[in-house]
Amino acid sequence: MLKIKTPKTQRAKRALDNRAPKIVENAKKTLILHGTKTSGVVNAVLMQIYHMKRDNAVKYTKKNENIRPFESGGETSLEFFSLKTDCSLFVFGSHSKKRPNNLVLGRMFDHHIYDLVEVGVDNFKSTETFGYDKKLTPRIGSKPFFAFIGEGFESVEELKQLKEVLLDLFRGEVVENLNLAGIDHVFVCTAVSPTTVFFTHCALRLKKSGTLVPRMELVEVGPSMDLVIRRHRLPNDSVKKEATKTTSDQPKKKIKNVSSDIVQGKIGRIYIPDQKAGSIPLSNDIKGLKRERREAKKSKRAQETGENEAKKQKTCSDDHKLIGN
Amino acid sequence: MESEKFQVDLGNLMAFDPAHHFESIPSSREELTKACLEKGTELVQAIANVLFALPSTEDRDGPIVRLPQPTTKLPREKHFPKPKPPTKWELFAKTKGIKPRKKGKRAFDEQTGAWKRLHGYDRVNDDKDIPIIEAKLTDEPGEDPFSKRKAEKKKRVEKQEKNRLGNLKQAAKAGALPSHIQLAATALPITGTRTDVPRKSSKEELENVAGMAATATASGGKFDRKLSGEKPLKHAGKHRKFLPVVEGKGMSSQEQKQTAKILEQLMSRSSNDILDVKKAVTIFNVKKEKKRKMEKDRERSSTASKLKPKKQSLKKSSKKH
Repeated sequence: MLKIKTPKTQRAKRALDNRAPKIVENAKKTLILHGTKTSGVVNAVLMQIYHMKRDNAVKYTKKNENIRPFESGGETSLEFFSLKTDCSLFVFGSHSKKRPNNLVLGRMFDHHIYDLVEVGVDNFKSTETFGYDKKLTPRIGSKPFFAFIGEGFESVEELKQLKEVLLDLFRGEVVENLNLAGIDHVFVCTAVSPTTVFFTHCALRLKKSGTLVPRMELVEVGPSMDLVIRRHRLPNDSVKKEATKTTSDQPKKKIKNVSSDIVQGKIGRIYIPDQKAGSIPLSNDIKGLKRERREAKKSKRAQETGENEAKKQKTCSDDHKLIGN
Repeated sequence: MESEKFQVDLGNLMAFDPAHHFESIPSSREELTKACLEKGTELVQAIANVLFALPSTEDRDGPIVRLPQPTTKLPREKHFPKPKPPTKWELFAKTKGIKPRKKGKRAFDEQTGAWKRLHGYDRVNDDKDIPIIEAKLTDEPGEDPFSKRKAEKKKRVEKQEKNRLGNLKQAAKAGALPSHIQLAATALPITGTRTDVPRKSSKEELENVAGMAATATASGGKFDRKLSGEKPLKHAGKHRKFLPVVEGKGMSSQEQKQTAKILEQLMSRSSNDILDVKKAVTIFNVKKEKKRKMEKDRERSSTASKLKPKKQSLKKSSKKH
């Protein structure tokens, strides 16, 4: 026997529909958590990442001892949390003797693990240690620039994956319209060697230059750290194909008042509002009006002279009468 | 400077310089950061050049440009929504060529002579509004036509719900269940019955199946080296769930049905020997023992026994009369 369970309120229904798979997806949310043992560095890194991604990140504070992302049984908890919070990116921090200051950056597809990159954090400098003009602080939610330097990002497999993951993690929403006044910050990643990446976060200062394009100036602001690649897991081929599928045709946006004809080609319809030709007040200097006036004057004068003549004739005739008799 | 071509992905505001390599790793940290920032500035300037060259519209906050689609392919977070399979009515309508009719918001109610809404409170053709139902020749004398109408409506609603459930099950089978609907099982399936709950093989199921397959070796999978994370077989040996022997509150009817079915089969096969001799003998012996016991008790308490009424045993015998 089956029962149909539907949400009782419209609000719940909207929330469920928001989390459903869609053609154009929501911005990815990040889940930040840590394992049984963490160090000060790991805590600071997790906190800074959370502050940078405040609007679309969830930070858990409890220790999770049964989460081991690289072991086959240790991902169930992660997948459960991802399902409950609707997060498809996660950052898992831990610290052990073998892997000090460890961060596992991972992505999910359909709330199952898609791929993982494990990095170690070296030479971490937090935001507080940088001295800069407070007016330059990047605002939360502004779209960042990315600069990837080094051929390693193209040739080394792990660095390629790390580049993708960092892009996914920090890019925020995919927007169509960008306000050029809101350009704030940039993430600079340099592949120093095939296994280490120097990662830093800078604020942007736009300076006046002669041309329309302002001159960019980088001021180091945010956390800077060395990421040492440890382990990684690439996605399965089948899952990868499923996840990178795109619809070839863009979703049918209805274009109104345009139709296509085989003979005539593209036809458009224009609707003109009602022109109330009868009720428009006439202006005073129209050529025709002038002529009318002129003729009216003429006819008036002609009338007057006609009357005068008639009067004259009358008087004349009267005179004639007098004379005649 | 201009000769260096960076890969610029404008949709992501990203620039990548594949041609740069550090000839010698800078000795100190400051030098490294300085070099990186310099290079970073170059890249950002390159992006800005392209960005500010785009046509922009003036807004009160600043110039707004239209970004193109990002060129780096990043994986989706969820699968594509699957198309819903057509419902039973949709299939029927397609074969018959029935197009959906447009209904107005209000309809004229003949009973009350007013324009009413189609569904909900104060609706058209409501059963409440009918004061008189004229009797027809085909009507039976004892029937209440009003309750008959109610019962018919209830049947129609139940049929519709059943059809709706069927459509949703089909959709769930195709993986296209609407996101706000869940199908939940209200009872466990009994042994031998098909399960209607649409299931995708989950991770735990696959792990269990792996465990089951491992027992196919000669030693039952006991000495196989297991992979890390592989779970042992859950129900070692047992693969079926039976109904409990002790009758619970809701289970008795199902158990009765099950046993009655089996009994019927047996009865139809061997209708000659109905009597179970062994059972009859044991019952007879038990009865004899009880009688002896009661007589012994009566001898002990002899005074009141003669006035006591004889106790009739309420047990039915297995012998059929």
